[in-house]
Amino acid sequence: MNLLSDPRWSDAVSHLPDYLGNHVRVSVTALALGLLISLPLAIAARNRPLLRGALLGLASVVQTVPGLALLALFYPLLLALASLSLAWFGFDFSAFGFLPSVLALALYSMLPVLRNTITGLRGVDPALIEAAQGVGMTPRQSLFTVELPLALPVMMAGIRTAAVWVIGTATLSTPIGQTSLGNYIFAGLQTQNWVFVLFGCAAAALLALVVDQLLALIETGIRLRSRLRVALGALGIVALLAATLVPALARPPSSYIVGAKTFAEQYVLAALIAERLQAANLSAASREGLGSNVIFDALVSGDIDVYVDYSGTLWANQFHHSDIRPREVLLSELKTILAQQKVTLLGELGFENAYALVMPRKRAEQLGIRTISDLVPYAGTMSMAADYEFFSRPEWAGIQKAYGLKFRTQRQMQPDFMYAAVASGEVDVIAGYTSDGLIAKYDLVVLNDDRHAIPPYDAIVLLAPKRADDQALRSALQPLLGRIDIATMRAANLRAAGGNAAASPNEVARWLWNRIAKQP
Amino acid sequence: MSAPPVIAFAHVGKSFDGGRVKAVDDVSLEVHAGEFLTIVGGSGSGKTTLLRLANRLIDADQGRISIEGEDVRAVDPVQLRRRIGYVFQNGGLFPHMSVAGNIGITPKLLGTPAAEIAARVDELLDLVRLDRAQHRDRLPQELSGGQRQRVGVARALAAKPRIVLMDEPFGALDPLTRDALSQDYRALHDRLGLTTIMITHDMAEALLLADRIAVMHAGKLLAQGTAAELSGSGDAYVGQLLRTPRRQAERLNALLPANPSRDGKDGAA
Repeated sequence: MNLLSDPRWSDAVSHLPDYLGNHVRVSVTALALGLLISLPLAIAARNRPLLRGALLGLASVVQTVPGLALLALFYPLLLALASLSLAWFGFDFSAFGFLPSVLALALYSMLPVLRNTITGLRGVDPALIEAAQGVGMTPRQSLFTVELPLALPVMMAGIRTAAVWVIGTATLSTPIGQTSLGNYIFAGLQTQNWVFVLFGCAAAALLALVVDQLLALIETGIRLRSRLRVALGALGIVALLAATLVPALARPPSSYIVGAKTFAEQYVLAALIAERLQAANLSAASREGLGSNVIFDALVSGDIDVYVDYSGTLWANQFHHSDIRPREVLLSELKTILAQQKVTLLGELGFENAYALVMPRKRAEQLGIRTISDLVPYAGTMSMAADYEFFSRPEWAGIQKAYGLKFRTQRQMQPDFMYAAVASGEVDVIAGYTSDGLIAKYDLVVLNDDRHAIPPYDAIVLLAPKRADDQALRSALQPLLGRIDIATMRAANLRAAGGNAAASPNEVARWLWNRIAKQP
Repeated sequence: MSAPPVIAFAHVGKSFDGGRVKAVDDVSLEVHAGEFLTIVGGSGSGKTTLLRLANRLIDADQGRISIEGEDVRAVDPVQLRRRIGYVFQNGGLFPHMSVAGNIGITPKLLGTPAAEIAARVDELLDLVRLDRAQHRDRLPQELSGGQRQRVGVARALAAKPRIVLMDEPFGALDPLTRDALSQDYRALHDRLGLTTIMITHDMAEALLLADRIAVMHAGKLLAQGTAAELSGSGDAYVGQLLRTPRRQAERLNALLPANPSRDGKDGAA
């Protein structure tokens, strides 16, 4: 197929105004905030060695925190602040999306601006500062008419570095609920849609390049005392910002926001829910790629209205229970706990997406392994891989405790690559997901949890507190409950991992609905 | 002299590094209206420090400095500097401002209207003998060393000060340019009725240019007076300083023919 006639390109382009607009707004706001904080700090610190050391040290430490972690840390921080402000001042703000992204990115922009401003100001010839004094300038006049103009080239280099960093790092704000060009990258990686990944990366790079060049234009304009260049550069940035605001203002706000975590099944289910809502004439949009630590809080605080979670995940991770209950008991207890937070457990979809130990069928048959207990004697010579969170999850502790499992090596992997790795023999066992379509594709087998160490993971639909009594929403989603069995979900997930045009979450959701609707 | 001095140092002291280095040690010196005083001394003699104390680029530890009768400590240092012209070593021109911008800076700080500043800049360019049209919009790095110092002098004179302080203004110039510039400045000093203190390490320049010379060594003022008065000083260092230019002049006289031929008529080669 011709690369450019792939319908995923037009799908990608159709998201561009939304993703790019949000990306520009969050980056420019963060950069502006960063400059507003960094420039006065740098000026204040330039002749104070202690403050200078402390500031640069702090900014360097911030820089060593990976961007994804920094962004993720701001969410709980703001959530706590929001609840404090509600308790003390009686008003609440959304700790979701824009605000934490702007704060984290602003913090991230500080190091190059601080360092270059301080370096630039300290690099000004002391004889010129004395000359400024000598001709009768106040310290302030000396700063603004002599020191800052002379330091400007070095300062602008820092600002340009910061701009490129912020625009690049802003792609990581997707998991905390800020729509950005990162939506392409996260969705693309999860659904093996390389067109999306490529598109997202290229768009972010292009945006960084454009902003960098506009800043360069301002810089040469100031240096050459050309008002025209400064005006053109500034106008360019304002135009960029304005252009991204127009579509955002023109679009009516969606009344229902469907959340999705960062993996393909979630993208498909969110698309399915959004489609059902639209079919019921309820306007809906999805907020995808949310971190699993963020999404439940986002539901409780009403930033999203509905999403699909898994009973075991909530039980163990959200509510920190280490004991394992039978399926029905766990569900009913969960319902009670959720009700305390005013979250409605609307019902189960009908399948489980549990963690499971998975290995190639052939190898398992060779060794006579059917259950996890059968695996134990071989584990010492085997290597195991899992996603980034599994080894720190209570389920893994539970499995280790119940079976006394100890592998030779443990590796963390991107979930999409895990299945191929176990199929090719690069690792011996993986912690897979029972609903994953790749299990069938690679002819893998799920080992039986004979000691019931892994909790049940029913897919459940959760509604935000403010939607508890929303009959329209409830009746729109009712047809989905209990209608998606594990085989159907696996087939859907396999389609979503297809890496072709039919693999887009919307296409798969449509296929899934057709299957559901055809059922008796 | 009956008129009060324009600049007066009385038992002034200044030390650096927590008192370990005495840059200026108990110096008393008076400069009267219209006078041209040069301060001579080797590097580290404290001459630049003394100059910087006068317009409060630094503040004295001891003693009293007065400018036109006022104790400088009682005056806002910024206002003080705006009414004293200061010519820096190597010019001290702002590299990001044009010649006109540099010259007009002090009037601009004083809030003079732009048109008036422009007229004043042209007037000053004439005064320091730089072509208006050719130099006005140039940047300092496009000028020669001599031109830069001419701009430095023009900048110091821009706000019509009665006092000008000059810190080795012509030290880095070639001898011809240096001679031309110092002669030009001396003429300006007389014409505008300025009171000038100029620092130099060149005794010959000091003797030829100034009304009075002050000699500094290791923070102390060793002697002050006219050339003739200095020659009567019993101080060994002062004597040594005076001997050098005299000996050079004598040797030059011996080496060069008394009336060098200009037309080459009786030139052999």
